[in-house]
Amino acid sequence: MAIKRFVVGSFEEEPVLFRAVKKVRTAGYKLYDVFTPMPIHGLDKAMGLRETSIPTAGFIYGITGTTTALCGISYTLVYDWPLNIGGKPHFALPAWIPIMFELTVLFSAVGMVMTFCYLCQMAPFVRKHHFSPRSTDDRMVMVIECTEKTNEEELKTFLSQTGAEDVHVQNAETGWWLGSYSKNKKPFENPNTILA
Amino acid sequence: MSLKERFEIPSGFRMWSLGLIGVGVLSLIIGYILYGTGDDAHQARFWGVLLHNSIYFLLVTNAVMFFFCATTLALAGFQVSFKRVTEAISACVPVIGGITFVVLLFIIFGHKQMVYEWLDKGKVSRDAALTGKSGFLNPGFFMTWTVLAIGLWSILGYKMRSLSRKTDDHPLSVEEGKKFMFKNTVWASLFIIWYALTVAAVIPWLWLMSISAHWYSTLYSWYIFASTFVAGIALISIFVVYMKNQGYLEYTNKEHLHDLGKFQFAFSIFWTYLWFAQFMLIWYANISEETIYYKARAEGAYSGIFYLNLVINFLAPILIYMSTPSKRNYAVVTFMSVALLFGHWLDFYQIVFAGMLPDHVSMGLFDFGIAAGFVGVIIYQTGRVFSKFPTLAKNHPFFKESIIHYT
Repeated sequence: MAIKRFVVGSFEEEPVLFRAVKKVRTAGYKLYDVFTPMPIHGLDKAMGLRETSIPTAGFIYGITGTTTALCGISYTLVYDWPLNIGGKPHFALPAWIPIMFELTVLFSAVGMVMTFCYLCQMAPFVRKHHFSPRSTDDRMVMVIECTEKTNEEELKTFLSQTGAEDVHVQNAETGWWLGSYSKNKKPFENPNTILA
Repeated sequence: MSLKERFEIPSGFRMWSLGLIGVGVLSLIIGYILYGTGDDAHQARFWGVLLHNSIYFLLVTNAVMFFFCATTLALAGFQVSFKRVTEAISACVPVIGGITFVVLLFIIFGHKQMVYEWLDKGKVSRDAALTGKSGFLNPGFFMTWTVLAIGLWSILGYKMRSLSRKTDDHPLSVEEGKKFMFKNTVWASLFIIWYALTVAAVIPWLWLMSISAHWYSTLYSWYIFASTFVAGIALISIFVVYMKNQGYLEYTNKEHLHDLGKFQFAFSIFWTYLWFAQFMLIWYANISEETIYYKARAEGAYSGIFYLNLVINFLAPILIYMSTPSKRNYAVVTFMSVALLFGHWLDFYQIVFAGMLPDHVSMGLFDFGIAAGFVGVIIYQTGRVFSKFPTLAKNHPFFKESIIHYT
């Protein structure tokens, strides 16, 4: 991954944040992300994020689960070791539906959780940069990515005018890396890096 | 923005509803001439059609009232923007309830034992199973429950509607709003308790399950409830989309439609769950007293309807309604709502007729004519009630919550 430069500002009030998001987008700055302590309805639309594809992934995982169950049961009960159970046909579909249903749910649930964690880059023993620890407490933190055209000072003033507090510049690694929060204090050497 | 607060019935709306009622009345007369006085099979067809349609449409409109009361108890905000539509549809309960009552009156006191075999006293005394059930399956008990059920549904529903209309005069203060919510909660709870005792228990046993008097299933009433509830939500969706098309319900938007779609989707799955639970246990246990119920349905003359029913009511909703954009699309929701209303009508068809006339399917113009009559009654009555009161419950405490609703 790459180390990039960001301008970070935090907000206290939801309406101010919404107005700021709108202003930042109309001004043409590259909105990296907004970190909030709680889910905020409508923020995804305000930020112009695309619809999540988790449901599609879930559907595919679910279908995989159904197929796995059907193949597994029919292999064992019809081809490999057919047994006469209560005079029922070997291919006893109604009796299998509960199991097919369970595997559908299991596959889609586990698969979606893992996909979600991957997309959010969260996993055990993996570390990701926090722009501000207060984004898990009482502030909504807006992060704007700097490109080579961005004038940082101008952007900082602009962000303060929209109502952001504690506006500052950070260099941060965008990806995830192996390490733990207790030990790994300096994952890469860069004097400008501010770690959370 | 000026709001259209009064529904003016379009001339086409009135013409169509009266036309459909006319078709229904005509079918009734022709049906009576053709089948009403003939042998047992003919009479079974005549009374079966009336029983099937009146019970189905009564339970569907009553499920709409249940939706209203359940969302009221859950303090749900989203339904407030279109609650006048819900109320107007539920106002069909007294009308269709009256028709159902008359039909049942004729069947019970006309001793139509081709419909309910337990009406035949000689057969009951010879049959140990029916003798054992005779404390439950007898005309007095049947009619008492029928009168109580239809009467109390109508009265409690009327009370809920009039409570809601009282808010139209002036904006509520905080105290009045709290009082209004409390009263609503009390009356909605009363309705739901009575609904649980009737629709989720006794009424389907008496009206529908006793057609096959020897057979019983403990989750039968839940199955009937799920069927009618899905159809009820579908009915609400159709009317909401229609009123939107006519330019009413300005504050109802895709978010509300999305919620109705979710309800249809979820309860279609619930219906399938009950359908399957009932089928699978009987299939697995393989006891002849129980499997007889599925003889005509899964393997006999009705197997086409039986499996088509599963396609319309399970496969179609699960595949079409699964994605979010389809639940927010007016055309898709309208299409699916009509399909589900028809699908559950088919479900009731096989419930009623496979018990009465197991040998062959006799569905024909008579069935569709009577169904058209009931649809006409629903359209007429809903339009009439909807036009009498403001289309928006503007003073409801949750009105703002409903407008800014976001899913």
